[in-house]
Amino acid sequence: MSPAAYVFLAVILFVIGAIGVLIRRNAILIFMSVELMLNACNLAFVSFARLHGNLDGQVVAFFVMVVAAAEVVVGLAILMAIYRARRSASVDDANLLKY
Amino acid sequence: MSLAIALAGTGAVAAAAPGAIAAPSIEYSQLAPMLVVFSAAVIGVLVEAFVPRELRRAIHLLLTFGALVAAFVWTCVIAASSTIFAKGSAGHVAAMGAVAVDRPTLFIQGTILVLAAVSVLLIADASHDVSSFAGQAAAVPGSTEERAGLLAGLVHTEIYPLTLFAVGGMLLFPAANDLLTMFVALETLSLPLYLLCGLARRRRLLSAEAAMKYFLLGAFSSAFFLFGIAMLYGYSGSVSLASIASEASTGAGSDTLLFAGIGLTGVGLLFKIGAVPFQSWKPDVYQGAPTPITALMASCTVVSAFGALIRVFYVAFGTLTWDWRPAMWVVAILTMVAGAVIAITQTDVKRLLAYSSIAHAGFILTAVISASVQGLSSSLFYLATYGLSTIGAFAVITLVRDPGGEADHLSRWAGLGKRSPLVASLFALFLITFAGIPLTSGFMGKFAVFQAAVNGGATPLVIVGVVSSAIAAFFYVRVIVLMFFSDPVPDGPKVAVPSVFTGTAVALGALSAVVLGIFPWPVLALASRAASQLFVR
Repeated sequence: MSPAAYVFLAVILFVIGAIGVLIRRNAILIFMSVELMLNACNLAFVSFARLHGNLDGQVVAFFVMVVAAAEVVVGLAILMAIYRARRSASVDDANLLKY
Repeated sequence: MSLAIALAGTGAVAAAAPGAIAAPSIEYSQLAPMLVVFSAAVIGVLVEAFVPRELRRAIHLLLTFGALVAAFVWTCVIAASSTIFAKGSAGHVAAMGAVAVDRPTLFIQGTILVLAAVSVLLIADASHDVSSFAGQAAAVPGSTEERAGLLAGLVHTEIYPLTLFAVGGMLLFPAANDLLTMFVALETLSLPLYLLCGLARRRRLLSAEAAMKYFLLGAFSSAFFLFGIAMLYGYSGSVSLASIASEASTGAGSDTLLFAGIGLTGVGLLFKIGAVPFQSWKPDVYQGAPTPITALMASCTVVSAFGALIRVFYVAFGTLTWDWRPAMWVVAILTMVAGAVIAITQTDVKRLLAYSSIAHAGFILTAVISASVQGLSSSLFYLATYGLSTIGAFAVITLVRDPGGEADHLSRWAGLGKRSPLVASLFALFLITFAGIPLTSGFMGKFAVFQAAVNGGATPLVIVGVVSSAIAAFFYVRVIVLMFFSDPVPDGPKVAVPSVFTGTAVALGALSAVVLGIFPWPVLALASRAASQLFVR
């Protein structure tokens, strides 16, 4: 199968992730959608690495995994703090800052 | 790139035949400013783990200021050394092509270090009711656990290493010469800031909400940035800015990938500077975050993000100005107008400054669009002057206090000029600097960027810029009128006597606003010298 097909799959996954961020109301699920977007990026990097025949894209994918793991640590800490204070992880309930 | 070169044989196919891996050569002396800041941050984490609680703050202060000063001195030494800047050379690419050490970068890094040191003065201030930061961020607001922690006098000294990590990321972000390094730097500067935003001592629900909004939107935008990098990698087969530029100048590859890449990386970068339509996080985060952190974000993060934005658009997309300029025109116009117009309706002083910061990002964009030496030098000057006065303004906000914390609501500021003429006059000075009244540094900055924009053929943008400056001047003056010509509110906010730390920050901001307004030539000359060769490739 042509590596280009994986690039299209990556685009589809990225769009699904982006739509998930926009329509989900639970902060954890929004965050998981962001992770899906990052993994779509990884798939695109690896497919392009295969297409171009160099290793840069695969190295980038490793970096992205590490960054995503660090982001999980920070993100879940913030979301836990919110959940403990409000007993809710819905982004609609966090509405003190406006106008 | 750097690491890919170190790891790669001759490509995917050849990877099966392992050759000797050449050790990458790294110019430690040229990277020293960043290394100093990062190692001080790591030592700060160790201090947190091993030093008794009562000694930590003093050691952290020493470490943080020491690292920032040392990094600044080293930056100046690099800038003055003739081995890197031999006659006519734009600079040098260090660490196997990953980091650029060139004149604009050094100017930006120097600016960030100065602004960070002034912001740390605010972060370190513990004179009024301990500090601006939560004693125990993990304790639920209003719980007995929180009260017990407050009584025991717990303080989060982790803020200092977190700040240093963020500053290190900010130093690397505009220096990154390939998009992978830039992405890692973006996350290094963002992740500590997400946490710092949620650490306010007062109004903790607001602060946690600001942290959550900043985190979710920031992660969303960096995913866009990353997908843009993937598209550009697909286009050129490399993530280095120079290869993307040379591929774009041949015009060989797929235009779809190229334009998708420009658009998506542009979204990530414009999000960080808070340009419309990616500005929605800015007012919420600036309002909810602890004010010293707001000062850090409004000055250093903006400088760093503009540095990265300018580098990407000048180096990687420098041959494509005709393609990205129309979109940037729209963004700049929307940013200036929306920032100025929405600010009129604001009733919270930190939110007001957030919208003013959005409008200022638009003014700088008008110069960036010209893609010229003058555009770069005027943006550098603007960023330096705006950064100093914005820290001063947020420092004044920390001084005007109600029993429950800072008096953020504008109605509480009524008649402040009668209660405390000095603080009110200083705040008025910062406001007229933001408005760009002549004889302040804001005027010189605006004049420089608008001149660059006119010379770059963007006269309509300048007209929009001047009109939105006039709109913005209206709400700045409204606040001044409120402070000086209305009756003081009964039981109004107390003005705290500034400690040495906050006092120095306010004084530096005010001094820069006046001195750079009357006598801007040294800094202007430095900025145009820094920009004269544009970026190294």
